[in-house]
Amino acid sequence: MKDINIHVKYLTRVEGHGDIVVNANNGNIEKISLDVIESPRFFEGFMIGRSWNEISHIVCRICGICSVGHSTASIKATEEAFGIIPSEQTITLRKLNLYAEFIQSHILHLYFLAVPDFLNVTSAFKLIPTHPQAVLRGLKLKKLANDFSGVICGRHIHNLSQVVGGYTAIPKKKDLEDVLRRLEEALPDLNETVELLKQLKMPELDRETEYISLQSDNEFALYDGEIYSSDTGRDNHKNYKKYTNEFCVPHSTAKHAKANRDSFMVGSLARVNNNFDKLSPLAKSVASSVGFKAPINNPYYNNVAQLIETAHCFEESIKMLTELTRKGLKEETPKVTVRAGNGVGAVEVPRGILYHEYSYNSEGKLTYANCIIPTGQNLENIELDMKKLVPEIIEKENESEITKKLEMLVRAYDPCISCSTHLLNVDFKK
Amino acid sequence: MKPRVAFFDFASCEGCQLTVINLEDEILDILDKVDIVNFREAISDQSEEYDVAIIEGSITREHDKERLEKIREKAKVVVAIGACATTGGLNALKNLKPLSFIKNAVYGESASYYNSFDKAYPISAFVKVDYFVWGCPIDKNEFLEVFRSILLGKKPEIPNYPICVECRLKENICVFEKGMTCVGPITRAGCGAICPSYGSGCEGCRGYLDNPEINAEKDILKKYGKTVDQITSDINLFNAYREDK
Repeated sequence: MKDINIHVKYLTRVEGHGDIVVNANNGNIEKISLDVIESPRFFEGFMIGRSWNEISHIVCRICGICSVGHSTASIKATEEAFGIIPSEQTITLRKLNLYAEFIQSHILHLYFLAVPDFLNVTSAFKLIPTHPQAVLRGLKLKKLANDFSGVICGRHIHNLSQVVGGYTAIPKKKDLEDVLRRLEEALPDLNETVELLKQLKMPELDRETEYISLQSDNEFALYDGEIYSSDTGRDNHKNYKKYTNEFCVPHSTAKHAKANRDSFMVGSLARVNNNFDKLSPLAKSVASSVGFKAPINNPYYNNVAQLIETAHCFEESIKMLTELTRKGLKEETPKVTVRAGNGVGAVEVPRGILYHEYSYNSEGKLTYANCIIPTGQNLENIELDMKKLVPEIIEKENESEITKKLEMLVRAYDPCISCSTHLLNVDFKK
Repeated sequence: MKPRVAFFDFASCEGCQLTVINLEDEILDILDKVDIVNFREAISDQSEEYDVAIIEGSITREHDKERLEKIREKAKVVVAIGACATTGGLNALKNLKPLSFIKNAVYGESASYYNSFDKAYPISAFVKVDYFVWGCPIDKNEFLEVFRSILLGKKPEIPNYPICVECRLKENICVFEKGMTCVGPITRAGCGAICPSYGSGCEGCRGYLDNPEINAEKDILKKYGKTVDQITSDINLFNAYREDK
């Protein structure tokens, strides 16, 4: 019977600061946890009293990777509070911007954060001598996605023109045509990515859980939809607090969340499991070529689900850009009438469902804000996965192999800890 | 031996480090010129030996301050990147309200558990900073200019004139003409007036000029029938640390 003491300090190749801690004494597991040690930034506190037109520009700064997602959730919450219905063109551009962010984020995660583990190196840059084509392909796809977002909203990190009511600058048709051409030309690179992922062996772990995502009758829901739980079905987005009951845990530094069971999962795997039939044809063919049959209960397959979603976003973007460039774009000026009210914005972002809720007074000053990010929703699920995994491998594998599998597990969720708007510091005696 | 470069982060969104990772066309050249020995967001190797420390984020806790001071002791050159590290950025908006109010808004009953400084600080509040890369997020080209300058041992060319200069070069209509407000007249140029170019006012994320012409801003406000009070909130967005001090 083994003693192990794993403490991965400052887990790398994730966004934000987290530690993994596992202690086992004579084969008995005494502690398994993912500790969040990120510095708090207090967005929901310091935003109070600020004007409605600043809020989406402030909250996009919660996170560099999902900046567009935060701004989209924020704008939707404010529009609901003010009773604004955006134009069809605005919704098309917002959807395209989300697709660009999904491609950017998933490619960054797959090529630069996840794949190095599978190929036994410490970073993607170590793959330059052995896999130069893969590194260059990853960089090319990431650049394409960043440029795509730049065409829609000025720049991907902390967008410029996407605001309440519409856009302050309409993308140029020529730039959209350019992105469309580059997306079409990059389809072979996407195929190569599928081939690369096929060679990677996902570690084994089977733990059924509750999957929560948005869902819509019309499409694979990212920009809009109702909340869907694989346990209890659909519900209105305004009831989001029923699906994010946040609670404190004595052994970690972040609020955890639960819905109908001890934990639930959000993100690519949850979305693909819940909404497989709404995926684009290309995404479905990628799924079948990598042997993905929904539902899959192995969290390591979140990596695979990200690839399937990347294919979906590619195909949908090409379809929508073709239509948009054919029709042409209209100059539209955002029109906003301020009123007192409350609104909730629910959007799928690369790591899962994101909620922003705001209240405004009659002058349009913020009086209440609540932002619930995907990684916070996943924390409890990650810990329960770790608690299932460690006993299964503790006698078979050595400490460094166990550590690696745990790191890969946490990375598979693509956690974005610096996003964590709600943190708690509870002293833990190690 | 190639210079050893380490990236570190404190309270931030990590968007400035992501901007570095987004140097898709230049990153392979950079890796050729230096050894990146610490970059938690992208690389698993971690080293305690480095020459250049590139730091993102504000300081909000005692523990972070100690970590920052240790980094300064080890590094020959310290570079602050992004608004959080250079001006305190958005994080310093909490400096304008009592910490108890801010904590209660976020954590409710559990607020008392949390340890945090009353204020968020730029890193220069605690250690000597050799180079500043301004902005929220940083500008790719300016980062490369500073990076090259460090390697060559020269002084980087960072503008010390207002955003208005770049706005005119872009032939933008003045934001004030559109009835909006703007802190461009007192803000350091270098971003290419990117926000006014996309239809909003300058938010001041690059911090003040070395010697901002406060009177020029006041004159502009007067011309357009606006008051200083009307833009105080705009100025605070990224400059609350300085305004509060």
